[in-house]
Amino acid sequence: MMNNELIQQCGDELYAAQRNRTTVQPLTSRYSELSIEEAYQISLRLLERRLADGERVIGKKVGLTSKAVQTMLGVDQPDFGYLTDRMAYNQGEEMPIGEQLIQPKAEGEIAFILKKDLMGPGITNADVLAATECVMPCFEVVDSRIENWQIRIQDTVADNASCGLFVLGDRAVSPRQVDLTTCGMVVEKNGVLLSTGAGAAALGSPVNCVTWLANTLGRFGIGLKAGEVILSGSLVPLEPVKPGDFMSVSIGGIGSASVRFI
Amino acid sequence: MGNLTHDEIQALAEHCEKAELQAYEITKITDDYPQMTYEDAFDIQWEARRRKEARGTKIVGMKMGLTSWAKMAQMGVEQPCYGYLADYFSVPDGGDIRMDELIHPKIEAEIAFVTKAPLKGPGVHIGDVLRATDFIVPAVEVIDSRYKDFKFDLKSVIADNSSSTRFITGGCMASLDEVDLKTLGVVMEINGEVVATGAGAAVLGHPAASVAMLANMLGERGEEIPAGTFIMTGGITAAISVKRGDAISVRYQGLGTVSARFV
Repeated sequence: MMNNELIQQCGDELYAAQRNRTTVQPLTSRYSELSIEEAYQISLRLLERRLADGERVIGKKVGLTSKAVQTMLGVDQPDFGYLTDRMAYNQGEEMPIGEQLIQPKAEGEIAFILKKDLMGPGITNADVLAATECVMPCFEVVDSRIENWQIRIQDTVADNASCGLFVLGDRAVSPRQVDLTTCGMVVEKNGVLLSTGAGAAALGSPVNCVTWLANTLGRFGIGLKAGEVILSGSLVPLEPVKPGDFMSVSIGGIGSASVRFI
Repeated sequence: MGNLTHDEIQALAEHCEKAELQAYEITKITDDYPQMTYEDAFDIQWEARRRKEARGTKIVGMKMGLTSWAKMAQMGVEQPCYGYLADYFSVPDGGDIRMDELIHPKIEAEIAFVTKAPLKGPGVHIGDVLRATDFIVPAVEVIDSRYKDFKFDLKSVIADNSSSTRFITGGCMASLDEVDLKTLGVVMEINGEVVATGAGAAVLGHPAASVAMLANMLGERGEEIPAGTFIMTGGITAAISVKRGDAISVRYQGLGTVSARFV
């Protein structure tokens, strides 16, 4: 069991690592008893520090949604983190990963924009669809403050689900217009086809991911709010990126997003 | 240029076809014929095809294999390969596939084209293919290399009809102006569990590019793709092994589902 002081200390350490672009040793290598619950408390401390700097929460992300990643980390559940206004980039903008991130990796996702609040528990996929204004193509650039990405689930949970920056694409489509389970994804890096996937790669459907998020956050007394952006999880393997790289993602029936890294 | 004699081509065609018909493993034929060329390999495939047709088997289509850049790089080749589809390869949607007729089958999700005009290489490009396409339709290919442990080189696999064995078509047909083939998504499930996902671009960047390549490869032998040909363009997903008792189902974005059972 961690006491409050230790939770605060870990959150502060991750906050400092993010601000200074340094890495820390895995928390799980130092606190072997660290629980997932405690890791979420650490992430809240990290968020608290960022909000104190003037950052504003604009949404949430779901991570660890692919079977391959869950198997790699030996877990059977996803995780979540917070998105702030300083993490959001628009289609066509340059993303300064060189000065902001440490060991970035890009992943193609579907973003949900909500028009109604969702407060779990008891949220179903029908509730999520009814509360979704539109879906958009998205690149999430994840990053880890843990040395060499040596993460266990508690490490990534504490580190705001390894959140970095994200870019939303060129179209917003009503969830009535697209089959989110079968919609295909094509990711290209520097003009070369890198990977393909489809909606079902994230927990069977991106809708499942948002439902899981609403119900999981509900247990902490936290809701999803109208207007929030929800990143529903990667549909393709993560790809390391560096300044100078250009990536684009196209999603069948939704649209494209592209980003140039500097 | 071929290095094998007419008799050797005939003997190897019989050797490969017998393994297919009786479902047993053989070692890759380049082990015994290292001098074999690509032309020899295709000669063996076409001779096996001629043997089938002579017995009254109908050829009902063509297929492309090794159509992902990753697979080609892995095999150290710059071109995919093709094979023919015989009438008895066809399995109805929702039908049974008998394991005792196969060796170590794997399934791949594909997009099939049906043409309405002939395509004759060389020089066929993607625009020609789009113009000559009547419609597309979802297909699941069952591949089953006759080579031990699926270990082969490109020449051996060409002689073995590019591992062709069974296919299932179903779902909805569509015109090319109704779908974006590059981003068209597929979700493969075995016994209800998602085992692979992908999108059309996995096939040479666009499945129509695969048809163009087939026309150009056939053109090298003076052959064409006649109007009305059914062509499977290559795996969008990785090839996934199946076993007796598996129920497979592949969902295609906007085009429905193809399913089958292995019994």
